[in-house]
Amino acid sequence: MRNFLSEKVTSLKPSGIRKFFDIVSEMKDAISLGVGEPDFDTPWHIRDEGIYSLERGRTFYTSNAGLKDLRKEIANYIERTQKISYNPDSEILVTVGGSEAIDIGLRAVINPNDEVIIPQPSYVSYEPCAILADAKPVIINLKAENEFRLKPDELINAITPKTKVLILPYPNNPTGAIMEREDLEVIATIIKEKDILVMSDEIYSALTYKNSHVSIASIDGMKERTILINGFSKAYAMTGWRLGYACAPKEILSQMTKIHQFAIMCAPTTSQYAAISALKNGDSDVEVMRRAYNQRRRFLMNAFEEMGLECFEPYGAFYVFPCIKEFGMTSEEFATKLLMEEKVAVVPGTAFGECGEGYLRISYAYSLENLKIAIERLNRFIQKLRN
Amino acid sequence: MREELLAILEKNSRIDFKELSILLGVEEQAVLKELEALEKEGIICGYHTLINWEKTSIEKVTALIEVKVTPQRGQGFDKIAERIYNYPEVKAVYLISGGYDLLVTLEEKTLKEIAGFVSDKLSTLDSVLSTATHFILKKYKDHGTIINKKSVDEREVITP
Ligand SMILES: Cc1ncc(COP(=O)(O)O)c(C=O)c1O
Repeated sequence: MRNFLSEKVTSLKPSGIRKFFDIVSEMKDAISLGVGEPDFDTPWHIRDEGIYSLERGRTFYTSNAGLKDLRKEIANYIERTQKISYNPDSEILVTVGGSEAIDIGLRAVINPNDEVIIPQPSYVSYEPCAILADAKPVIINLKAENEFRLKPDELINAITPKTKVLILPYPNNPTGAIMEREDLEVIATIIKEKDILVMSDEIYSALTYKNSHVSIASIDGMKERTILINGFSKAYAMTGWRLGYACAPKEILSQMTKIHQFAIMCAPTTSQYAAISALKNGDSDVEVMRRAYNQRRRFLMNAFEEMGLECFEPYGAFYVFPCIKEFGMTSEEFATKLLMEEKVAVVPGTAFGECGEGYLRISYAYSLENLKIAIERLNRFIQKLRN
Repeated sequence: MREELLAILEKNSRIDFKELSILLGVEEQAVLKELEALEKEGIICGYHTLINWEKTSIEKVTALIEVKVTPQRGQGFDKIAERIYNYPEVKAVYLISGGYDLLVTLEEKTLKEIAGFVSDKLSTLDSVLSTATHFILKKYKDHGTIINKKSVDEREVITP
């Protein structure tokens, strides 16, 4: 029989997370700090709205772009949080998670061999999605000494005449890094000068612990060259509802909608009704969760300081990214040994790019009680290694 | 810091200064001062424990009693409320808007004791016009805590 498989797909590297997942799943009593989703339940009023929509029999497809009321609420939300106006009729598309938006956003703009700049460490799907869209990924290795922010010289060095898109992954998974207005302004100047498009993945925008998140699209002249991606998974603890959205200039958005229409039809109807309630009445829920994350973040930073583990202070998402280079092991070796000896699961930084070597991603989407137990074990492990 | 401090304490009054200072990102001394102020201002009125008595062998019956009263000249409801809340078996007294005036939470060992309290002590007060007693059969949620909630983490162990 012939080999039916696509070379492009078979040559994609399998996710580094997957490999570790298989080991951890085998272990019964391991404590995991490896999860990239909130530990909170979706707030009840949001779930209730989903249930109510089912009771009323709202079980049909919605329009391709998503429920008009939802798009209006998304427009209000972006206006209220970022002071950017998007037209709900032509500039907003409701997607199956931020994940779909990343995929179709790239597919809508890439011609073969266009270059997509991807700063790493970052979320696992940018690089494969770029490859599947026939782009050439160009990786920037972000540096711990810059708190994993994207610096202008790093960007300039990565730009070639073929560069089409910069992916801007902030607040960042896995590092917890953020970009503040001053950081974004210098990046925006380069982007405009070099005539590049930005795909800004702002899925963690509601979870920042210094100043409120600033979107690059809010900087002068950037809205017309930005695909802004956001969603409900992280802010509202709605990962399983599979709902996100993209905001973009209408020429780009209409092409994205075309792909979405043929590949997906529309985002889940129940989730869309629930999400209206999230945006309308969910601000206080988000604040309660944000505060809890912030307390855990401070707890971890304090614990690292006490055990002498090097870690820059992250101000976004729900991850910390400590450095383990002092132990002379690779991230994967460290994570595996930690799992075997102390039954604590963390994700090796290398799962998010080669430059994650020497780091671990620790998620604080766990209760304080859980974090305390895990930290105690981590501390014991580290002291053992040092002796 | 005040609101966040209160929110933490309302859930966990046993937390110590050191941990509070870590979670809030402020000096221990500042936490201490704020707590003292909150107590002095009467904002923090006590540190209690939420107990699910049902799981013990100790008998307890709780009733919610709606009380209609005639307010007294010059003192409104305060005087009559005081006469009720001074009984130690009365756990809570609220002035309520709507169909009746006071809502009284009463805790006793038996139904009979509750009935006795209502007929002998409550109904006989001059300004009490009528009472309606409701017995609590089961507590699902109390003080913001869901009783008997088992939380299992159903998330996949590692996700991107
Ligand atoms: C940075 C980042 N972007 C996008 C996503 C995708 O989220 P979803 O598809 O649930 O919206 C994730 C999920 O982990 C993420 O961490």
